[in-house]
Amino acid sequence: MKVQLVRLAHARSGDKGDTANVGVIALRPEWYPALVRELTVERVTQHFTGMITGPVERFELPNLNALNFLLHGALDGGGTLSLKTDAQGKVYSTAMLRMVLDLPDEEVQTLR
Amino acid sequence: MKEIVRVAAGQGFWGDWLEAPRRQVEGGPVDYLMLDYLAEVTMSILQKQKARDPAFGYARDFIGAVDSVLPAVTERGVRIVANAGGVNPTACARAILKLADQRGARGKVTLGVVTGDDLLTRLDALIADGHELRNMDTGEPLSTVRDRVLSANAYLGSEPIVEALGQGAQIVITGRSTDTALTMAPLRFEFGWRSDDWPRLAAGIIAGHIIECGAQCSGGNCLYDWESIPDLADVGYPIVEGRADGTFDIVKHPGTGGRISVPSVSEQLVYEMGDPRAYITPDVVADFTTIRLEQAGSDRVRVTGIEGRPPTDKFKVSIAYRAGFKAVGTLVYAWPDALAKAQLADRVLRERLDRLGLTFDKVLTEFVGVSACHGPLVREPCDHAEVQLRIGVRSEDEVAVERFTRELAPLVLNGPPSVTGFAGGRPKVEEIVAYWPALVDKTVVRAAVEVMA
Repeated sequence: MKVQLVRLAHARSGDKGDTANVGVIALRPEWYPALVRELTVERVTQHFTGMITGPVERFELPNLNALNFLLHGALDGGGTLSLKTDAQGKVYSTAMLRMVLDLPDEEVQTLR
Repeated sequence: MKEIVRVAAGQGFWGDWLEAPRRQVEGGPVDYLMLDYLAEVTMSILQKQKARDPAFGYARDFIGAVDSVLPAVTERGVRIVANAGGVNPTACARAILKLADQRGARGKVTLGVVTGDDLLTRLDALIADGHELRNMDTGEPLSTVRDRVLSANAYLGSEPIVEALGQGAQIVITGRSTDTALTMAPLRFEFGWRSDDWPRLAAGIIAGHIIECGAQCSGGNCLYDWESIPDLADVGYPIVEGRADGTFDIVKHPGTGGRISVPSVSEQLVYEMGDPRAYITPDVVADFTTIRLEQAGSDRVRVTGIEGRPPTDKFKVSIAYRAGFKAVGTLVYAWPDALAKAQLADRVLRERLDRLGLTFDKVLTEFVGVSACHGPLVREPCDHAEVQLRIGVRSEDEVAVERFTRELAPLVLNGPPSVTGFAGGRPKVEEIVAYWPALVDKTVVRAAVEVMA
């Protein structure tokens, strides 16, 4: 069944130069394993096609039920160089939460 | 030794809520007020102000902030740690002493001033000595932009702040110190943590990271359950209640708005994070994967378990340089077919810029209300009531950018219909001051502390 990430996680994002970071946090601890499994570097890279020019890195923080992503080349040069409304990557967080995951039906039942 | 030391955040950036410092010292017990004013390019703005007038170059909001809390400092012993000094901590200190005079508090306020972070006048000597100051992102040596550099400051750690507190400073003013050191230093000073006590130093740094953006950990900009967060109009700024063993609680004053919860603190922990196992500061490398959070009461999150390891032999250096010019302009197009009209206006404008033969490094068009924030991820069609066309250009050529600013307004009468929202006039040409992060050997930077009354 298709589930949008916004139903499973909250997020905050920020910048470092031309890189946006997106921290994705499971809304409930028991949903964290699904995030670890589904939010692969490949899937996230695919999701941000057309928005970033560099690679994606992923880090796990099981203690916070969180994943941290670095999206390189996300901010049109970053900081003061950027012409973007979101020059500091503040809303890459909710852009991430637009992602749609295809989860096994049995698992979706446990998410309710 | 105090059992609990309370460090209250009163500013998360230059431009934060003017009310916050006073509310922090009046709302309940606090030992320290921590004020963070410096973002990455703030130093270059301050350097420009100092070039115009040698008495400036610091965060002038700080004078008003100190004025609003002065009785707490002189009568109740609340101490202030702030990086308000910018590129001119000594001038900032003089302004505070003058304020103390005006308020009849002469002799009642001891200041500590931290300097030594400013490397601008030493840059050529450093480069000549083989310090290339390569850009941490691109790898280029600083020599490629040397003639355009406006400011260069090393991020100092907690050491000089601890020293100033040890010499009795009630208000410590630094230039470019790390944001996190402003919180860690008072905890380290009060509890006597050694300079190689990695877990406790790391705990102090993480406490600093949680509160350095002010209310952003206490309900501000919090996505989790945002609709239920109470009374943001009266939001309580965060306070660290630190203990000698390195554990601490994040709290806020009773009766204030906002919320301190595991989700609100977690959101701030991941903010601007890189590799969570290696949060590098001049004092310690903190490991964010060791943090344990627990809701220990209403609006009280307990933080335990933090580990750290020795720092590197480098200081990070924040360098700002001139990098051309930019301008951004907007027009609003209304229903029906708002997006199609805005798209046509964009095509018309670009064709005119082309015909003028102007060169830009970049021309960026966004349709605000449609795709400015999430770009191509937005796929649902929508019958927009209005769409804001937002076009920005960037160029080394100031004349080209200036000409661009004159090409937007004509579209109101000679472009697509249903256009409004141009009352602000022509866009402003801005000089771009860009950020150049670099590393330098710690051995070449010497922090200095001066205590004055």
